Amino acid sequence: MTDPTRRATSAGVAPPPARAAARPRRRGPLRPGLLAAAAFLAVVLLAVARPGLFAAHPDATDPVNALRGPGAGHLFGTDQLGRDVYARVVYGARTSVVLGISSTVLAAAVGAAWGLLAGLGGRVVDEVAMRVADVLMALPGTLTALLVVASLGPSARNVAVAVAVSLAPGFARVVRVQTLVVKEAGYVRAATVLGLPARAVVLRHVVPNVLPPLLVLATMNVGQCMIVGSSLSFLGLGPQPPAPEWGSMLSQARDYLQVDWALGVFPGAAVTLTVICVGVVGREVQARYEGRGRG
Amino acid sequence: MSAPDRTADAADASPPGTGDAVPPGATSPAGAAPLARWWARRAVSAVVVVWGAATLAFVGLHLLPGDPARLIAGGGSLNGTSPQVLRLIDRQYDFDRPLYAQYGHFLGQLVHGRLGTSYQLGRPVTKVIADQLGATLAVAGGAAVLGFALALLLALGTAGRPRARAVASAVELVLVSTPGFWIGVLLLSVFSFRLHLFPVLGNDGPRSLVLPWVTMALPIGGALSLVMREGLERALDQPFAFTALTRGVGPGRLRLRHALRHALLPVLTLSGWMLGQLLGGVVVVETVFARSGIGQVTLSAVNGRDFPVVTGVVVLAAITYVVISTAVDLLARLVDPRLRAVPR
Repeated sequence: MTDPTRRATSAGVAPPPARAAARPRRRGPLRPGLLAAAAFLAVVLLAVARPGLFAAHPDATDPVNALRGPGAGHLFGTDQLGRDVYARVVYGARTSVVLGISSTVLAAAVGAAWGLLAGLGGRVVDEVAMRVADVLMALPGTLTALLVVASLGPSARNVAVAVAVSLAPGFARVVRVQTLVVKEAGYVRAATVLGLPARAVVLRHVVPNVLPPLLVLATMNVGQCMIVGSSLSFLGLGPQPPAPEWGSMLSQARDYLQVDWALGVFPGAAVTLTVICVGVVGREVQARYEGRGRG
Repeated sequence: MSAPDRTADAADASPPGTGDAVPPGATSPAGAAPLARWWARRAVSAVVVVWGAATLAFVGLHLLPGDPARLIAGGGSLNGTSPQVLRLIDRQYDFDRPLYAQYGHFLGQLVHGRLGTSYQLGRPVTKVIADQLGATLAVAGGAAVLGFALALLLALGTAGRPRARAVASAVELVLVSTPGFWIGVLLLSVFSFRLHLFPVLGNDGPRSLVLPWVTMALPIGGALSLVMREGLERALDQPFAFTALTRGVGPGRLRLRHALRHALLPVLTLSGWMLGQLLGGVVVVETVFARSGIGQVTLSAVNGRDFPVVTGVVVLAAITYVVISTAVDLLARLVDPRLRAVPR
């Protein structure tokens, strides 16, 4: 219907980012994929809430049957202490998923406060807040997280804090830009002119309009948080054994690969599948949000 | 639908147009060459980033509870070391001076390129880092090249071809979502333990580099290819692509010679960021493949609270960032001639 060449001419060299980002929506075959991803995430969440429904005794050792490959008795085989790998993967879901979500939430909260402060505080506050963010963002995220968790001491909670620290400056930047845009919007000016106290303007008009893009970004980030978090536990800085965690299971598996290849497969597959599904669902959330914004 | 769409596009297209119209001379009232000004601004921001990172590390590490003198005395012993020895260590390492004096001393040393002495190894930090830098650069550099090549293949081969692109984007999603340590463990399990093609651990020989390269290159390739194809398709949609076709340019040449340049700008930005992130990634990869390098230095420094080495690694990361972002900016000017007109 629209003349494609004419549209392209006027698009010039820099097409609006919204259109580029909306592109995935036109990929037809994602629909069944989306359903499958959502279903898988539902199962994972169920395993987080009630692991007992799927398996039992993740810590029960059975040295006689150690390092058996996948088979009838043990679906995913047993590890070096004879523990059931399937049960440990199921119980590990809680640590990894809670870590991914809690670090994202924490990073979003800190980033929101940071960005709002920069956007609404004066020039000096803005300058200081953003330069600190610049410096933090100059360092690789994994390195920052590694330094933080190592200084706080290894534990699941500290890994979440560390991942949040490495993410927060990025979120703060997004929130700051959005704050600057919203601050100049007509409705905010109108509210100020109408005599609303500054606090009410911020809480009722600025904050609700700043948060949605942050939430979309945060959804997309849960998967990356899980990757960084499980990497830290792979390095031995996460929850300590015998607690089941996907990253630390793989780190132990590395020493027994020669005997039992299966040990290295299932925990990694669990992380990867979960992150893929989070990515698929996250993309959909983003596409819907942007579709709404334009329509 | 078409009318409002077009006006929106026109509005979006105008900012780069007006940017181009600014003559280079107009923006430099001091009369200095734009490029010199650009370098000066770069240098200032480089100093700020390195200083900021070093300060952040210094402050962060000194806020931690615990007595560094006890750490140096060894063993994490709580009461085994005599107070005399602790005082001696305090004096030797300046721990008895106030924090601001220590900070001043630290900055002074930093300006001279000295980062202090490692608590654990008793050697200058710069030496410790310099010794391991080569091994890590070999891993990271090779992985970056391989990842970029992979992205080029994936993106050039599948852009604008619906069926191929569906497959490729699924592959990319998987690559981006797979943690590096799992790729490493799988590769080890198949190629080292099963097929005995590559060594299981260590740094010796180019053969030991192959698996670490692949491990790091796969996620990089996935992410870059995603962005590159997006850009290629945008370029192939444009009238110049059609014009080139009517002039008789073949489809392969069209992609390589005409569309790729347009797609490269966002790819450059992203690859700069990813290169910086590699310094974090090597920690994991060096652990999986039991290689020595900066990653292992970092990990043991962090676990042993070897503060000077940790600070050194942070400074190294900041310098890496500065070098990469400068290189990316220079390359961007090469790729996109419009950027050369506007000194920034």
